[in-house]
Amino acid sequence: MLRFFASRLLQSLLALIIIITATFFMLRFVPGGPFTSEKAVTPEILRNLEAHYGLDQPLWKQYFDYLGSLAQGDFGPSFKYPNRTVNEILADKLPVSLELGFLSLLVALLIGLPLGILAAVRRNTWVDYVASSFGMVGISIPTFVVGPLLVLALAIHLGWFNASGWYSPIDRVLPCLVLGIAYAAPISRLTRGGMLEVLSQDFIRTARAKGASELRVVLRHSLKGGLLPVVSFLGPAIAGILTGSFVIETIFQIPGIGREFVNSAFNRDYTLVLGTVILYAVLIMALNLAADVVQAWMNPKVRLEA
Amino acid sequence: MTRRFLFLALATALLVGGCKPRDTATPTAGSTGAGAGSRVLHLGNGTEPQDLDPQIVTGVPENKIVNALFEGLVAYGPNGQGTIPAAAASWSISEDGLIYTFNLQPNGRWSNGEPVTAADFVGSYRRILNPKLASEYANKLYPVVGAREFHEGKLQDFSKTGFKALDARTLQITLKRPTSFLIESLKHYAWFPVHLPTVEKFGGLERKGSAWTKPGNLIGNGPYILTEWAMQQRVIVDQSPTYWDRAALRTDRIVFYPTENIETEERMFRTGQLHKTNELPLDKTDVYRREQPESLRIDPLLGIYFFRINLTRPPLNDKRIRRALALAINREVIVEKVTRQNQKPAYNACPPMESFTSPVRLTGDLAEARRLLAEAGYPDGKGLRPIELLYNTSQNHKKIAEALQQMWRQNLGVDISLVNQEWKVYLDSQDTLSYDLSRAGWIADYVDPNTFFDLWRTGDGNNDTGFSNAEYDRLLEEALGTSDQAARRAIYARMDAILMDELPIIPLYFYTRTYAANPRLQAPPNLVETPNYKFIYLRD
Repeated sequence: MLRFFASRLLQSLLALIIIITATFFMLRFVPGGPFTSEKAVTPEILRNLEAHYGLDQPLWKQYFDYLGSLAQGDFGPSFKYPNRTVNEILADKLPVSLELGFLSLLVALLIGLPLGILAAVRRNTWVDYVASSFGMVGISIPTFVVGPLLVLALAIHLGWFNASGWYSPIDRVLPCLVLGIAYAAPISRLTRGGMLEVLSQDFIRTARAKGASELRVVLRHSLKGGLLPVVSFLGPAIAGILTGSFVIETIFQIPGIGREFVNSAFNRDYTLVLGTVILYAVLIMALNLAADVVQAWMNPKVRLEA
Repeated sequence: MTRRFLFLALATALLVGGCKPRDTATPTAGSTGAGAGSRVLHLGNGTEPQDLDPQIVTGVPENKIVNALFEGLVAYGPNGQGTIPAAAASWSISEDGLIYTFNLQPNGRWSNGEPVTAADFVGSYRRILNPKLASEYANKLYPVVGAREFHEGKLQDFSKTGFKALDARTLQITLKRPTSFLIESLKHYAWFPVHLPTVEKFGGLERKGSAWTKPGNLIGNGPYILTEWAMQQRVIVDQSPTYWDRAALRTDRIVFYPTENIETEERMFRTGQLHKTNELPLDKTDVYRREQPESLRIDPLLGIYFFRINLTRPPLNDKRIRRALALAINREVIVEKVTRQNQKPAYNACPPMESFTSPVRLTGDLAEARRLLAEAGYPDGKGLRPIELLYNTSQNHKKIAEALQQMWRQNLGVDISLVNQEWKVYLDSQDTLSYDLSRAGWIADYVDPNTFFDLWRTGDGNNDTGFSNAEYDRLLEEALGTSDQAARRAIYARMDAILMDELPIIPLYFYTRTYAANPRLQAPPNLVETPNYKFIYLRD
């Protein structure tokens, strides 16, 4: 067990260094820089700017300087937002994305799990067909269509919500619903599949034969095994919700980290790109590790091995 | 069972949380803006401001907020044009046009109550010209004696520059040579003063982007003070209690929203979250025209949409081919069918403004275009290699490029291939002359023809065409030193004629600014999008 964690940690660290190095150099080889703008600055001003941010140093020195400050937990200043450091921006926005992600996940599970279970239990009845259709529709229609449609209906026509923003609790409802639905669909399908497999097994027949109620069969005997595919999906899905919230954040004007992740690349905000990439890399690694651990706990057939 | 209970509890928590009263600073959804009598403005403001330090920022969204927090020497008048006193109560210009003397407002105060002095202005100019600050707009001050030399590090002693505080209330600025647009350019935020003790306190005068521009720290001399700045959410400013002309303000609070996604912004307007949007999606313009024309506004904007031509690459180094291309465009069709926001077709290089309307007009018909192409050796486009048309990735630019592609193919038989690039890659391609034809736009920084003609000076950082004409460069210098307005206009007309003869660019149309606004909103159109908040308010 300990060896498993030590080895995973080492692997992750190595991967992280490769990611940082690749991002750092790839960014520098992309045409255009942080100070490229439609209204060109004079060569003198450009020189001053580069000196101000240390971009006049040789690239290898900049790289090691960056690694040095990174080791001290300093992500450096943002090029695009001069009066903010990357640390400040990440600290400001990560909680927003976490909140959005957590609430959406909750919505996804609240809708997806019951639908999947119901569909499996009432297999090939109208309940199953409705649930499966929801799954198909939810997977097929992207959030940038569902989002504006819900805004149109609930915000503009009914006037229940603001069209966008992240100011008061009620502003959380629409974006979390939209993002939640997008993930509820695959969850319901995976739950249905997992449950069906477990429900057809011998021990379930035994439980039924012994007179266990349907509710008990489902909740007590099948759920743990039936949810396995969902759990292995959840690790990458949570990472996906956190990193892939760009569209939702843009549609609803949410001050989360997904927008910075995308916009910083357009702005050639070198330090902010690196900051968001590192953050996401760490998140994804941690979540995958967590998914592995949870799976091992739920399924005795899986062992944690280095 | 506990699992179900947990879900239930969480669901309840979510519902209860969702029912809390909403933030009072946001207008309620479904209403049409803040209620009558309320003096709060909610404005869509484009992107998130980079910073609020007038000596650091460079964009239009920043300009709109900075103009609430700071005040220059002069400002735009009630109709969005002309010049009225601001931080300067009055001013005089010497006979030779070299010495400008400003008398500051006797009651001018910073938001911490300290008087605004001439020394504050001089100190601010010293800061923006400090090479270590690396201000991108420092060159706006170059007309002043010694400014450029100080900024380039060739002059160390700032007292040798043309900025002088004669006494606490008198500021004197001495120019290298008469510069007829100086008063206009003073309305640009590069000329605004900053409160040096505050800047000093938060990291020093040479540090770019310190915490001095954060709420609670920021001291300004403008009509409003910074109350809140939540990144990617909103910036709130409230009336400054110390502003000298507070009685003239008809709005108590302004909330600026970053609105990067213009579809979202339009929906915010429809739910009443905004009194004014920053833009309006093209396909919504016709809907507004039809269904709520009272909310649709189309203001003139001092800018030009054009195509740069790379003069260093054959075959476009041949003037005849450039002229053939320029003549074979139906600009009326472009503005009526493609851009559709009342843009004006452009037949010259400088949009019309109060002080200058160019008499030059690109004229010629299709027959001439075909003849020129044949003369150049490519009758009906035969033998001509496909020409690349570069644009930055955007739906609107794409539509225009496709229309041009079709017109040139139909009218001249010329084959155009479209190339789109991400914004900064595109800028880099332009800068390194790696293109044939490139879509471009230019919005003026101040209302004067110089801002448009300066672009095509030999070696100018924005030229990016390889265009170089000694006579043109000479005329540009001559115009700067000419104080007689009629003579100056004549020089600019001659320069315009050179451009329309040489055609380093193909002008397409002059910009407009299209947005949605509450019918009660009073907001005089300004050609360079520089607001004067004294004249922006909701009518009762």
